[in-house]
This record gives sequence, structure tokens and C-alpha cells, in this order.
Amino acid sequence: MSSKNRQALTGIRIIDLSQLFAGPYATKLLADMGAEVIRIECAARSGRGGALPRMQPGGDFGASFPDGDTGERSYNRFAYYNELNRNKYAITIDLSKPRGVEVFKRLVEISDVVVENFSPRVMCNFGLEYAVLRETNPQIIVASISGYGQDGPYRDCVAYGESIEAMAGMSKLTAYRNGTPLKPGVAYADAAAGLHAAFAIMAALRYRRVKGVGQYIDLSMRETLTPLLSEAIMDYTMNGRIPEPWGNRHTRMAPHGCYRTKGNDSWIVIAASCNEEWRALCHVMGDPQWSRDERFANLDGRLANHDEIDKTIEKWTIDYYNIELAEMLQAHGIKAGAVLNAAELVDDPHLRERGFFEEVEHPEAGKHIMPGISWKMSRTPGRIERPAPCFGEHNRYVFSKLLGMSSDEIKRLIQEGVTAEAPLPYTEI
Amino acid sequence: MADSALSGLVVLDLSENISGPYCTKLLADYGAEVIKIEKPQTGDASRRAGPFPDDNPDIEKSGLFLFLNTSKKSITLDIEHNIGRDIFLKLVKQADIVVENFTPGAMARLNLNYEALTEVNPKLIMASISYFGQTGHYRHWESADIVTQAMGGLMHLTGEPDREPLKLPLSQAEFQAGLNAAIAILCAVFYRDVTGDGQYIDISVQEAIVSILEGAISTYSYSGHVPNRAGVRHRYKCPSAIMKAKNGYIHMEAGAYWEHFAALTEAPQLMDPHLASILRYRYVDEVEEAIRTWVESRTADEIFIEGQEWRMPVAKVMGIEELADDPQYTARNFFLDIDHPKAGLLRYPGAPFRMSETPAKINRAPLLGEHNKEIYACLLGLSADELAELKERNVI
Repeated sequence: MSSKNRQALTGIRIIDLSQLFAGPYATKLLADMGAEVIRIECAARSGRGGALPRMQPGGDFGASFPDGDTGERSYNRFAYYNELNRNKYAITIDLSKPRGVEVFKRLVEISDVVVENFSPRVMCNFGLEYAVLRETNPQIIVASISGYGQDGPYRDCVAYGESIEAMAGMSKLTAYRNGTPLKPGVAYADAAAGLHAAFAIMAALRYRRVKGVGQYIDLSMRETLTPLLSEAIMDYTMNGRIPEPWGNRHTRMAPHGCYRTKGNDSWIVIAASCNEEWRALCHVMGDPQWSRDERFANLDGRLANHDEIDKTIEKWTIDYYNIELAEMLQAHGIKAGAVLNAAELVDDPHLRERGFFEEVEHPEAGKHIMPGISWKMSRTPGRIERPAPCFGEHNRYVFSKLLGMSSDEIKRLIQEGVTAEAPLPYTEI
Repeated sequence: MADSALSGLVVLDLSENISGPYCTKLLADYGAEVIKIEKPQTGDASRRAGPFPDDNPDIEKSGLFLFLNTSKKSITLDIEHNIGRDIFLKLVKQADIVVENFTPGAMARLNLNYEALTEVNPKLIMASISYFGQTGHYRHWESADIVTQAMGGLMHLTGEPDREPLKLPLSQAEFQAGLNAAIAILCAVFYRDVTGDGQYIDISVQEAIVSILEGAISTYSYSGHVPNRAGVRHRYKCPSAIMKAKNGYIHMEAGAYWEHFAALTEAPQLMDPHLASILRYRYVDEVEEAIRTWVESRTADEIFIEGQEWRMPVAKVMGIEELADDPQYTARNFFLDIDHPKAGLLRYPGAPFRMSETPAKINRAPLLGEHNKEIYACLLGLSADELAELKERNVI
């Protein structure tokens, strides 16, 4: 490949057995950078979200499908999957069949990385644990993402992202001031795990390039989330202080909060990190009498009287549109921003100017917008080269072109149910 | 002793606070040589952030700093001073990577932007982290973590639907940006290994957040539906909620077998056709009501143990204070006791993942300017007199 078209990870092949968010997010980042990511999916459990109740015909999970219509092949039209799996290839192999395992191993022979996020016993049950894969390909890098890690008493515990947020101490802090625990609005533990996994894989690839040695990565979602709470953990470790939920407040800034603005469910956030910023905020508010109260002159006073400040600020913000007010405050050097929802993000002039969102045409879902490449690299910017794969779309490419199978061999795979062109219908178990 | 994955990479780290330092912490813990360049006397802003032992501020004892700067070296250098700038360029010549998180334009004003740095080191990789990126309308906006959580779409999705949006605790947006930077840097290293070319990386905290909205953008684009806050619940799953147990809180969720969930929670009414159906989310209040008595009659520990026996993804809502004694973290030796000459022996969160051949090696954070002699004398060959003079002039 000419160096002009070369992306950072051109030439790297990753086999992706992962499902839901954490694993697919890791491989999305690497696929965006040019790695060839081949998803291995199974007809019985496609992992495309097709098993979620609201996606079934009759369910009203419409929002995730083009114009609310699941279409004939809902598994190819699911927004969540199609965003997370752009740039990837997808093939179908049933790993519970010996012949499926055999095909999988042939693929491992010609690949660089395997990513999986099954429960820790599953790869072993398939006979595909790291020790086996290393025999197949001594340089292979295998990354296992699990809730609690590959060993220890919780090894076999069932976990989704929300379980991990709860068990790592995050849900308890995701709360309004002195309030009860809530859930982060996105699968935050999955994001933390996916990002750390992508970093771990890159570190392993770098080491392999230098030393020629592959390795095994054991990543526990809970252990990737815990460091992100280090500030509270260090306070406990130093002072035995049990953190209270701070809501939208901050220990070193005041005011620091979220205020209602004009319109339906419209909000602005404002933060003042020093007395100068507080005075600048008062200035923009028109220097009202209340703001000159001595109690508000310094940080400690503002922290102590935060409720009162909040109420008064909100009486002022409510008359403005959030984006206009944020612009006005920023013009005076005050930290402020609008709380943007999905629709407002897509229209955000700054993100547009940076070309962040990209429009991707999918053969079964149509043309839609999704977040683009997560960072900007000057020489290898990455690209969205292909939409998310349809189920089994690349069976032929992988079996015939990469593995050199004859059409008879492929036919046999289909007959034996080792591969498939469509997922099995959802049955409630 | 085991190798490290990133041995041989030299990183000059001009960044402070959280985003840049978490990026370079990952690089350092996994083997890169990270030279942290701090302002003479004051150092990284996180040295003043705390938490401090007994709440006594001390730039060598800030918990946030100590955690974020493990395995790094610290030198002091005023890059705004002409001599300091020259010294910095000498270091750049010997480095692979520069990381900074000043406001956009600050490096250019010092004539230390990527273009200038590649004049002394054409193969250099440089990563700039900023709240809104190096270009665009908001690039000069003042920001804080809460502002980017808001402008990145995360806050709108968190909290109760009938209350104000809620930020995630602590500084999650900055951590997200640091993670993105660390991955992008290794992608650039990988590319450089093949082609010999370095490159410039522009990381926006806002974009790091918009990237993890879990399909919210596509969902909107597909159907016009704008996802909203769900409080203790999950937007799509039922039941999936944080509930009050006999003591504390528990995350309740059903596994694959509904009749097992009904049996576990002693709620036979869950087998009524409308609740046993996959469309049960329409009756979410009724589902939660059906299990409430059982949940409230048991402790979070009991529910966790019993639920997991039935293979339900239930989880205890744990406090930070419960983590260090948790049997799973303990069995995996996750937390590390690290000694520090000023802050003493403290317990830190350990490595975020295990590598079989190149495990993380996590050493204590450096004192301010601790490695001045090593870097300036050994690496750049400055004499003791020269160092004394630089110190005198407040350059280091």
C-alpha cells in the first residue's frame, strides 16, 4: 500500500469476538485507525442486540431503527450496532462446533490480535484459551475483557456495565448533592474498559514489534473504572474520609452548577474557579445588589452559601437561551456551556466546523450521522471506510479469500450449521 | 525481571492537572520514560488540588498528583524563559513524544508549536489535549470538566428526567481525553515504526465525550428520537434499576432466565403473562413493585451472593471505603501500597489491566524537580555551576 493511503494500523488484523459495548468500542477505535477488524458472530446469539425485547417485531424499540421501522432484517438496521461496528467485517462461525473451532484457529494463524469479552469460562469451554491460541500462533495477542477479571472469587460473577459502576463505587457518587445513587447516563464502565483495552492492545503490539513476542491481556472492567475515581480513593486512603455525593458541585470552585434556562428541559452549566471569575459573572448579571454580599466574596463563603447563590443565579439564567447565554459568559472569560442533547450536538457549530460527525451510508439502514474519529491525527487521520457489516456479510471474503477455502468447503460449512447467512429467530429462554 | 511494553520511548510531558497526566501515567506505568516538565517552584497544578493528608496543603502530598504521576521523572523548567526554551528544545531532540494540555495557541506563542519542534526533531510525535480542540469556534472557550460533560452530551443523559442534568463524579471528561490521547499516541508510534514519520495529534475533551454516548447520536439520526435521562433505571432494559435494600442499595437486573428471576425474588406474579412477556418494560413500575418486598428484606450482600448463584447480574452499590477490603480486589492484588518520602506509605489504585509478558511497574510519583540533576547533568551534560545559575535565575 502506498504510504499516502496508509493508516496508522494498516496491516493489523484483529479478530473480534466481543459483544455489547466494551469490546466493540475498543475494536472500533482500532478499526478507525486502519486495522482490519473481523467480527465473529454466531447465528444463535448474534450479539447485535436482536435479543433485546424491544427490538422484536411488536416491541416498541422503534427509536433505534431507521424511521422506527425494524424492517425485515432488524439485526442489520440497529443504530447502536451500526455506530459501534463501522469499519469492521463480520462473519458467522459457531464456536460450539468442532469444525467452527478449527476454522477459527485457521483465522488466528493469520491474525495479530484476538479480543473477547465472554465470561471467563467461555473461551476455555470452546477450547480456545490463550495457551491453545498461542500454539496456533506464537505471536498472537489475546485480550480478554471481563467484569471482574480472569481469577479471584468474583471471576464467574455475571456483570454488565451498570453492575461494575455499582461495585467500583461510582454509582454511589453519581448522585445529586447528598442524594441517593443513580446510574451514569451511558455505559460508562464499558467505555472505560474499551479505552483501556485499546491502549493495552497497542502497548502489546508495540512490544511485539520490538521483541517479536505476543502476550495475554487480562482486563477487568472494574479495575479499569477504579483508577478514574482515584481522587476520592486517595482521600479515603489518606484521611479516612468517606466521599459524599457532590452532585454538580466542586470542592475547589463555586459557584459550580447546572441552571435552568429558557425553553423545555434547557440548562446551562457555569463554574467559577477564582474570585475574579466570580466577579466577572456578577458583572454579566448586571452587578445585582445580592451579589455584593460579603459572604460571597471568597471561595469558602461561596461554598458555604452555595444553595442561596444557585437559587439567585437561576432566577437570572431562566430568561436566556442556554447557548446564547453560554456565548455571552464565555465572551467575559467565564467557564460556561450549554447542556446539549443528541439533536443539539449534531447541530453544534463548533463540532460541524471541526467536521466531527460523519455521514455513513449503510446498505440496509440508509444514510445516517454518527460520531466520527475520536481524535485528529495529522498524517494518519483515520477514516470511516465502510458501514457496519451486515450479518455474515464477509463470510465469503474471509473463508475464500483469506483462508483459501473452496466453494464446496464453504457449502459444507453452511450445511453443517458452522456458518450462516442469517441469525436464528429470537426465542425467549 | 520482566520487560516493559513501552521501554525505549521517551516522553516529554508538559501537561498538568488530569487529562495529560493520566495519559502519560499509562505510558509510564507500562514502561515509557516520562520526563515531566514542571514550572519552577509551583509545579503541576494538581500538586495544589489535594486531597492532602489531614487537609494540610503541601505540593508533595497531593493525592491527585501522587496517583496521576507514578513512574515519572520530574524536572523543573520555565519554557517561557529564553534559556528554558533552548533547554526544552535540546530535550525535544532526544525525545519521541511531547504531550501538552495548555490552552490552544499557548505553544505557538512560545514558538514551540509542532512545526517549530519538528525543526529540531523531524520524527517527533506531539499530542495536544484541550477542552474543545485546536480549531473551531470554541477553541478559546474557558472550560472545566462540568462544561465539557455538558457540551459533550453526557450530562443531558445523566440524572432524574424531571430534575436538572447531573455530571458524573470527579473529572471523568478529562480522564476520557487522557485515555484517547494515550491510544492515539501509540497508534502514531506504531506508524512511525513502519514509516519513520512522526505526526501531530489534536485531542478534544468534548469529542472524547461525544464519542461515548452509546448510540445516542445514531439513534437520533435514525429516528429523530432524542434519548433522555433515566435516573436509577436503564433507558432500554427492564428490570434494571438501583433499589433500596435492607441496608444500602443494590443494582437489580434479571439474567437470561425470567422464571429464575421470579423464583429468586419470590415474586410469582412476575410470571403473569404481561410481566413474563418480553414487552414487560411497559409495566416497569409493576415489575419493580413485585420485587420490592424481597429486595427490602435482604442486605445488599445477601442479594449479591444469592443473585449471583442464580446467575443474575446483580451488584452491590459499594462505597469507596469498601473497596480496599473487597475480596476480589484483594485476591487480584489490585491496590498497591506505595511509599513516598514526603507523603509516606499510602494505598493507590493499581494497574488497570494485566499483561502477561510486560506487567505494569508502578513506582511513586517524583518530588518537584527530583530528576533535575539526572536529566540536566547526565542527559544534557550541564555542569553543577550551570545548574546553580539556572536555579538562581529561576529557569529550573
